[in-house]
Amino acid sequence: MNVATRVATRCSAGWNLSLAAVLAAGLFSIVTAASAATALGTEDARHLLARTGFGPTWYEIKTFSAMSREQAVAQLLADVPRTAATPAPAWIADPIVPPRVIREMTTAERQAHQRRQVLETLQLRGWWINEMLATQSPLTERMTLFWHNHFTSSQQKVRYPQLMYQQNVLLRENALGNFATLLHAASRDPAMVVYLDAASNRKGRPNENFAREVMELFTLGEGHYSETDIREAARAFTGWSIDPETGAFVNRRLAHDYGMKTVLGRSGTFDGDDVLDILLAQPAAAEFIVAKMWREFVSPDPEPAEVRRIAAAFRGSGYDIRTALRGLLLSPSFWKPENRAVLVKSPAEFVVGSLRQFDVPMNNTVPAAIVMAGLGQTLFAPPNVKGWPGGDAWINASTLLARKQFVERLFRTEERMQPDGGVMQAFAEPPRPQLDAGIQSPLAVNEVLRRARPALLPMFEGRRWLSAFASEHDPAIEKIVLASAPANPVPADLSGREWVRHLAMDPVYQLK
Amino acid sequence: MQRRDFIRSMAAASLAASMPEFVFAAPAVPGTFGAAGDDAYRKLLILIELKGANDGLNTVVPYADPEYYRLRPRIAIKRDEVLQLSEREGLHPSLAALMPLWQANELAVVRGVGYANPNLSHFRSIEIWDTASSSEQVLQQGWLARAFRAHPVPRSFSADGVIVGSAEMGPFTGGARAVTITNTEQFLRQARLATPGHMSGNRALDHILGVEDEVVQAAKGLGGGAALSTTFPNGPFGNAVRTAANVVAGKEPVAAIRLTLNGFDTHQNQAGTHAALLRQFGEGLAALKAALVELNRWDSTLILTYAEFGRRAQENASGGTDHGTANAHFVTGGAVKGGLYGQGPQLDRLDNGNLVHAVDFRSLYATALERWWGISAAGPLGGRYPMIDLIKA
Repeated sequence: MNVATRVATRCSAGWNLSLAAVLAAGLFSIVTAASAATALGTEDARHLLARTGFGPTWYEIKTFSAMSREQAVAQLLADVPRTAATPAPAWIADPIVPPRVIREMTTAERQAHQRRQVLETLQLRGWWINEMLATQSPLTERMTLFWHNHFTSSQQKVRYPQLMYQQNVLLRENALGNFATLLHAASRDPAMVVYLDAASNRKGRPNENFAREVMELFTLGEGHYSETDIREAARAFTGWSIDPETGAFVNRRLAHDYGMKTVLGRSGTFDGDDVLDILLAQPAAAEFIVAKMWREFVSPDPEPAEVRRIAAAFRGSGYDIRTALRGLLLSPSFWKPENRAVLVKSPAEFVVGSLRQFDVPMNNTVPAAIVMAGLGQTLFAPPNVKGWPGGDAWINASTLLARKQFVERLFRTEERMQPDGGVMQAFAEPPRPQLDAGIQSPLAVNEVLRRARPALLPMFEGRRWLSAFASEHDPAIEKIVLASAPANPVPADLSGREWVRHLAMDPVYQLK
Repeated sequence: MQRRDFIRSMAAASLAASMPEFVFAAPAVPGTFGAAGDDAYRKLLILIELKGANDGLNTVVPYADPEYYRLRPRIAIKRDEVLQLSEREGLHPSLAALMPLWQANELAVVRGVGYANPNLSHFRSIEIWDTASSSEQVLQQGWLARAFRAHPVPRSFSADGVIVGSAEMGPFTGGARAVTITNTEQFLRQARLATPGHMSGNRALDHILGVEDEVVQAAKGLGGGAALSTTFPNGPFGNAVRTAANVVAGKEPVAAIRLTLNGFDTHQNQAGTHAALLRQFGEGLAALKAALVELNRWDSTLILTYAEFGRRAQENASGGTDHGTANAHFVTGGAVKGGLYGQGPQLDRLDNGNLVHAVDFRSLYATALERWWGISAAGPLGGRYPMIDLIKA
């Protein structure tokens, strides 16, 4: 299904009636006098959609350009789905193979088990990318990814793709829901329990890993707690574990430390949920989350006064995530000219955004997952518990060249790739160490890459894409491809297709 | 001085294209690009980051200390398995590849490296190491970026630094011309896609334009190198070492290379993971020496390891170790005086379960800057730190 069809489906299924009627009549630019004064127009609609989704299509931009800021933000936050639209791979329902069974395996059995895990993990990545492409609510997937980068867990340590899938389901379910609910649920999530060693945190023998990261990275940020708070909190979290036979969360009462603890000035016989509530009661928590969302959606430099204002509303709402997002997206700072084109697209935004924006048909998204890994973002495997650092750090010599190569390939004109797979080779080399290196057999990865190669052929269909515009040189094209004017001079006399390629190779194309 | 600083601050970007007269004027300013600076960086510095915090106590094992075995009943390295360095300490058996370096008197082991008021967050502590700050001080610029600003690397070099195996700029953060390379052949193949541009005033865009400019410059200098006959171990670190060797083989030099080996955050079931990592590290380092000898660069290369911190003296209940403080690090190269430096672990005098540091990590940096490159350390490090006398006169 191409993007235009997907968006049309969205219109008939999800949108409110009056808007659907306007769309059906094709009256994008005809608005009443009252709303004309506040209509977004092309550039503002593009800005809002690029910041909250993946490379907006011309159709989406036209649709939103007739709305006011308030209408557009309300539209983005209305009726957001809590489950994925695309079917997950069948194996997600398979019971996990318990460590006990893996230990008893012969070498050959273990290798087969590992090969299956590599394949399943790649399928999982492909599935999520497919969801990003197909979703009716790109913002839901952007927020799911935001939380994946916040409540990080990695398949490299967790080793059960089923548990990584379950965590992804949890993150999506609460992506635009309530942060307090999400914090409590993510802390008990089996993948998280494995990732931050909660299972080995027992009475009298604490493991501080989760207690430290929940304060430093999930709620408060450095400087808002002491080493003693961490040691005390670790005692409160004792007992949270998983059942090795099923991979389900269990609270082991015998492993729990029922003694007194003192965390952030409060004392009691706390358990893990009590400590999470103590963290949520700290004003620093709302500010920490809002500042992080600011860097995701608004600009690299959170404005302290605005962050405090939005954080107060966020906390006052009982941690309603949509309240925080509404505050950010309707903040005058979001719309300031100096905050346009100041954020670097993440690999997910870059790859999925390009495929959506240029309406490139994809019937196998695994190659896109491999490209993304080469750009520094291996889904379900962030580099460490702090997640991908993002921002300018997305761009270094290797990743910038890999991004340009992706664009070059998308816009290539030759019918087929070189037989030696020069292009594929370029993408396959960098991700290899990141594709769960050391855990899974490199042979299996090569096998999957080889299978993925023939599917790695979709390309930009220039004539079809350009036909949606008034002409091949419609000035709107530059406005929707780039977040601001191109950095490099544009040669004269380019064909429409060559012009679009030139814009996508421009450094500004890396920005949103 | 102001103008030179301005040029350095912009050097990472594409100033050359927009204001060529500044770039060409710079070497003519007396004392700015002096011969000493040019010569200094003919000596190469290679940093190896053991990311996640290598367990120093199981790397340089205090095998004669009964307290070590009491603290680590499950994961201690057995006395008869260590590779003996002295009557008290020995290397983890997976580091056998380092023994020839030790026997050639080219491996310095600096023990008890850390800093006062240690921070146990991976992210904050590596920032302290990368910026050479104190525990309480937050600096924006990496220590090598500051050194290169004070004593610029000649513009003819391929880059100030090359980063292999990590996307993080680390000590190059904030102004150094540092290029991230996974594989040199692939880099050279793709470099044609980069074009120099004009500065814009938009920070994110200028960062991208700066990277494009660095790629163009690096591609000019890195090509045309001799093919190496050294064989490199398989695996991510072996690949990183191969890339580093290919960078050194290029026709123009670089001042520094930073390699990263990931995975040392061994909270759980440490023994097998740690042994495999140390084997990769040791075999990689041995291959690096072979390649540098082949390139006739071993005597003009200084190699230092670093990490955010060491690990807790006592093992945890999961057969692993939690975050700790002071740590042992390696320094090697043809010009290094091998031996044990610093102070061995004082396991009977732990502070809250953690080792007390004996050598400030900035002493290692000061030694690299002053004794190796012959440039002032006090400026870039924001103070004086005692040198470690581990480089041959």
